[in-house]
This record gives sequence, C-alpha cells and structure tokens, in this order.
Amino acid sequence: MGVKLKALLKSPWVFHMATGSCNNCDIEILDCLTPRFDVERLGILLAGSIKHADILLVTGSGNRQSMERVKRLYEQVPKPCLVVAIGECALSRGIFIDSYNCPLPIDKVIPVDVYIPGCPPRPEAIIAGIAKLIEKVKSKA
Amino acid sequence: MSALIFLIIFGFALTSILGLVASGIDRKVTARVQYRVGPPLWQPFIDIIKLLGKENLIPSGASKLAFLGAPLVGFASVVLVATLLWKNNLTPAQTLGGDLIVVLYLLVIPAISLMMGGFASKNPLASVGASREMKLILSYEIPFSLAVLVPVIKAGFLIRLGELINFQAQNGAVAGNLSGFIALGVALLCVQAKLGLVPFDISEAETEIVGGPLIEYSGAPLALFRLMKNMLLFVLPFFLIIVFMGGFKVAGWGLLWSVLKYVGLLVVITVIRNTNPRVRIDQAVRFFWGPVTAFALIAVVLAFLGK
Repeated sequence: MGVKLKALLKSPWVFHMATGSCNNCDIEILDCLTPRFDVERLGILLAGSIKHADILLVTGSGNRQSMERVKRLYEQVPKPCLVVAIGECALSRGIFIDSYNCPLPIDKVIPVDVYIPGCPPRPEAIIAGIAKLIEKVKSKA
Repeated sequence: MSALIFLIIFGFALTSILGLVASGIDRKVTARVQYRVGPPLWQPFIDIIKLLGKENLIPSGASKLAFLGAPLVGFASVVLVATLLWKNNLTPAQTLGGDLIVVLYLLVIPAISLMMGGFASKNPLASVGASREMKLILSYEIPFSLAVLVPVIKAGFLIRLGELINFQAQNGAVAGNLSGFIALGVALLCVQAKLGLVPFDISEAETEIVGGPLIEYSGAPLALFRLMKNMLLFVLPFFLIIVFMGGFKVAGWGLLWSVLKYVGLLVVITVIRNTNPRVRIDQAVRFFWGPVTAFALIAVVLAFLGK
C-alpha cells in the first residue's frame, strides 16, 4: 500500500450530502461528530467544501431534482475518493421505491463503496461501516 | 551558500515541523477542552501528506496564475520570516538593519495571498471571504504596529531585532513593564486575527461561507495553504517572544524556559479560540479600532513616560 493511500485512510475528510432525506440520517451523522463518539480521533473531519472531501456520505432517496446535482458533485470531488450510502433510502429508496419521483437508486448513478442500512442507522453502525470501508480498501491494495 | 542552508534547514524544515506539532497540540487541547479524545499528535502531518496526494482541480474561468501562485507567495513569505527570526535569534550580532519593518511587512503577505487566491478562484463565497480578510487586515494592522512600537521605544528606537534581543538580555524582558505587558496583550489579540482563529475566523467561517478563500482549493495548493497556516502558528508567537519576551534561547536551561514561553502563548491562543464564538466582521473592526487601538495607544504613551 502506498503512502498516498495510507495517508488517505488515516485522515478521511467527509462531506455530507443529503439527496432529499427526512434528515434523520443527517442527524445521526452529526451525532458521530459529537464528543460522545468523537470520530476526530480517527482523523475524520467534516469538510465544508466538496473540494476538500475524501469521502461522500450520501443520505436520502435521491429524487429527480437532486440526482443531477449528486452526479455533478461527484465529478467535483478530487480523486481518489470514496462514497458511503447511509440509511435505507440511500440503499434501496426505502418506502419511496414506488414513487414517481425516485426512478433510480443512488448506486446506479454514482459508484458506492459501502452501504450502511438502518432507518436511521445508529452512530455506532455508521462508525462500524466506515471502519469496514477502511478495511476493504486496505485488503484491496 | 550558508544563507541558503539556513533558509532550508531553519526557515523551512524546522519551522514547518514545529508548526505542525503546534497545530497537533492545538487540536489535542481543543479536544480535551470539549471532553473528547482527539486526533493523534501527528495528525497534521498525515493531513498534509494526504492533500499532496490528491487531485488538483482548477475551477474553469479562474485565473490559473493567480490561483496557483497565491499559496506559493504566502508560503514563501512565511519561510522568509521564519529564516529572519531564527537568524536574529541565533546570531543577534550579524543581521541586516531595520529587519523589524521587513518582518512586519512580510507577516501581512500570508493574508494577502489568501485574498489573492480567493478573488482568483471565481467563486462568490470565496470573494466574500477574501473581502472579509481585507477588512480584517485593515482593522488589526494599526493596533499591531502600535504594539510593536512599544519595545522599539523602550530600547531607544532600535529597529533591528538582534539589538532588541540584546537590549532585553541586559535590561529584562519588555513584557515585564506595564507598557510592555499591555502591548503584549494587544499583540496577542492581533495574532489571533492574523492566524484566522476563532473569534476572528470571519474570513473562513466554515459554517456560513464554507471555508471562504479556500473553498475552491484542493490537493497540493490546499496542502501549501494549510502548511502556511500551521507554520504561522509557530512563527507569530515566536515573533512575540523575540520582541516582547527576550528571545528564544536554545542553550542549556534557557531552552526549557523558552519552550515554556512558547507553550504558554500557544495555550492562551488555544483557550481564546475554544471559549469564544465567532464575531461578525463589523464587530471585529469596531473591536480593533476601538478598545484595542486605545489600549495600544495607552501602552505607547506609557512607554514614552518610561513605565
């Protein structure tokens, strides 16, 4: 594994992208950053700008309006970058699977590396998902 | 030739390592203040290495030269300041005349480079951040210059840093007097604004203008900007130590005392940053032009009276 990848896994800055979610998953993501869970000890920081991000946290069912923006934002992330889908909606559109407004699940639009199920997933589950993502990238390299 | 080695070893290598360690201490202390564990001490090193390995994106329509040149300009000026300060500190006798003024000018350039990069990146939020940075420079430069005037008056109008150090070695630190102490407090507040830390991180406000001038930067230029900021975290307190607190001695027990001086200033900066909310730009300008400038003027008058 190169120095580049090692450093990336030791300081992944996350960007938080809601594609029309009910905000529950977003609140759970913010919980991970609170002193109780403190993901900064793993080097994780919340990036304000998409140009600073290494990991995209996608929540929500992805409607017609937002999917175009998701695609455009994914193209703006400096590579290498990873994508994490958080919550039932981001995985399979959840209860909106029959909706006229949600034609495609998110992984048909951008490549997703890790899926974290739950409605919403607990902060522990999100941290475990990120840890599994890091393990996956390590074993691949 | 020896000047070049001095520039690389002291100006760049040593200062950047110390700056990154200082930034790590700052993040760790911040975490402990908030009852967190916090990142490991070497986290800033990992961040810089990671950013160097990332893709470098230039926004379409941006001025390429200014966009990529801005971090270089800021970084170069910080390296130059660090070299001048180390040179003065280690060999006070052989330095150029009037380098206090050179250092004061060079310390403005990092902020100007941020403005340059912000305006060049063709992003409305970056422009807002850059214009706030400009207002902030206008507000804190007056009290900062006045505060630095106090040791100059004390030492009998010497404007060479080496002579200031020698003067303090004979007559005690400037900060030991009433006027010097007030001036140090004023300068510390200005340093907080120069570093762009809370409560004066108005130009970069992550939550309202998502990083301000840095919003469009990624990869190596962002790494350079971050390294510049981390080096400033060492260089600015170092400047205050030289001007107000009798220099940074590196021999024998003096080293311990010097490190204590630096850590003391760093802890004050960190505590200010952790116990204050961000102020608005108009509040910051009013604060610096009002009470802070008044205190700086009082310090100058007291210095003339010999207090």
